[in-house]
Amino acid sequence: MSKTSSTTLARGERRRITVTLNGREHTGYCESRDLLSDFVRHELGATGTHVGCEHGVCGACTVHVDGVAARSCLMLAVQVEGRRVDTVEGLAPDQTLGDLQRAFQRHHALQCGFCTAGILMSCADYLKRVPDPTETQVREMLSGHLCRCTGYTPIVAAVLDVAALRNNASSKKEPEHA
Amino acid sequence: MKPAPFDYLRAVSTHDALEALAQTGEEARILAGGQSLMAVLNMRLAQPRLLVDISCTEELDRVSIDHDHLVVNAAATQGSVEWRPSLQNEVPLLALAFPHISHFQIRNRGTVCGSIAHADPSAELPLVLSVLGGDVMLRSKKRKRVLKAEDFFQGMLMTAREPDELVEGVRFPLKRAGERYAFTEFSARHGDFAMVACATVVTDTSIRIAVGGVADRPMVEQWPRLQGDDLRGALNDLSWKLNAQDDTHVSAMYRRHLVRQLGWRVIEEAK
Repeated sequence: MSKTSSTTLARGERRRITVTLNGREHTGYCESRDLLSDFVRHELGATGTHVGCEHGVCGACTVHVDGVAARSCLMLAVQVEGRRVDTVEGLAPDQTLGDLQRAFQRHHALQCGFCTAGILMSCADYLKRVPDPTETQVREMLSGHLCRCTGYTPIVAAVLDVAALRNNASSKKEPEHA
Repeated sequence: MKPAPFDYLRAVSTHDALEALAQTGEEARILAGGQSLMAVLNMRLAQPRLLVDISCTEELDRVSIDHDHLVVNAAATQGSVEWRPSLQNEVPLLALAFPHISHFQIRNRGTVCGSIAHADPSAELPLVLSVLGGDVMLRSKKRKRVLKAEDFFQGMLMTAREPDELVEGVRFPLKRAGERYAFTEFSARHGDFAMVACATVVTDTSIRIAVGGVADRPMVEQWPRLQGDDLRGALNDLSWKLNAQDDTHVSAMYRRHLVRQLGWRVIEEAK
């Protein structure tokens, strides 16, 4: 769909759309009523994103759309045509774990793991905006997610740990440039 | 839980969105941030024939200062207002209210105008707009009109918007000298729907307080600068006037208690 004119997608009609998923262009088919969460899983095969409540409460399906954390069950697939979508798969390039995921592993911040993908995506966005959060801020950010296993305590510890590690790493770099 | 089938229009201009509303009327719904509407569609509580997506309508994705108002247009997200560095000096009450609105993941997509148009009685933004005496700018293919917040909100999820109208923007009055603001709410968990929410504007001579989550719309009261027992009495009268109901969450009695306690607390905070 071009940006210069309004476009329609009639009910029942299928359209081929292109999105940049984790840095690479992917195409798939969608109907107007298909949710982004289902599109990512079924059409693009990126099953790291989990689908929980499907009405925006549990946070399991959180992804990034144009770099910003959002519920993929509260967006239509057709809305992301031509846009950038990042999922939990993008946090683990080359089948390794990113620093955020390693912190979750160290702190046992997951048990069954169902909610984890969404939580990681929220944390990734939030730590970019608030690199040195307080425990209260982390808990407020996590209030957008339901985890039935951990009681949240190890998740909070993991997020604070990775924030501290990143801040140490960036402050250690300073003297080299001085 | 998947939406029932609908036709979809991605509007690139306000004109195209208004044209679609004029043609389809009541069977069309505007999709802005979708953080209320998509949940409603997924649960099939609404089954519109046409969804008019304005989330990518650039001319509606604007936040600006116009004389003594902060103007937020229809496609501007709550996040884009919340993370505005100057917000604290422009509309401090908004800065106080945003952290209470759901969660940051929701505010990233949810729009200010969408929350106003949805008119949930427990929502924070209608409360802030009401207590500040802000305006709602409505536009259809045929006309434009501006309504005071108190005239716009008409009941639970009910507004004065006609089926062919778009909430094109809302106007929040900028901070005025001598006014002090406070916001508080009580909910089961942070980010949940408020059982009772209170916002206030206090000056040396007056108190303006709005209560959400109890009546079917935000209710605003204007008092002189009451103190002590006079203030407690006024808050008690207000708690009864709101006609609180029992529901699955809390009793009417508890809601009245919350109005008295939170009302006192916000006014103290705004001193």
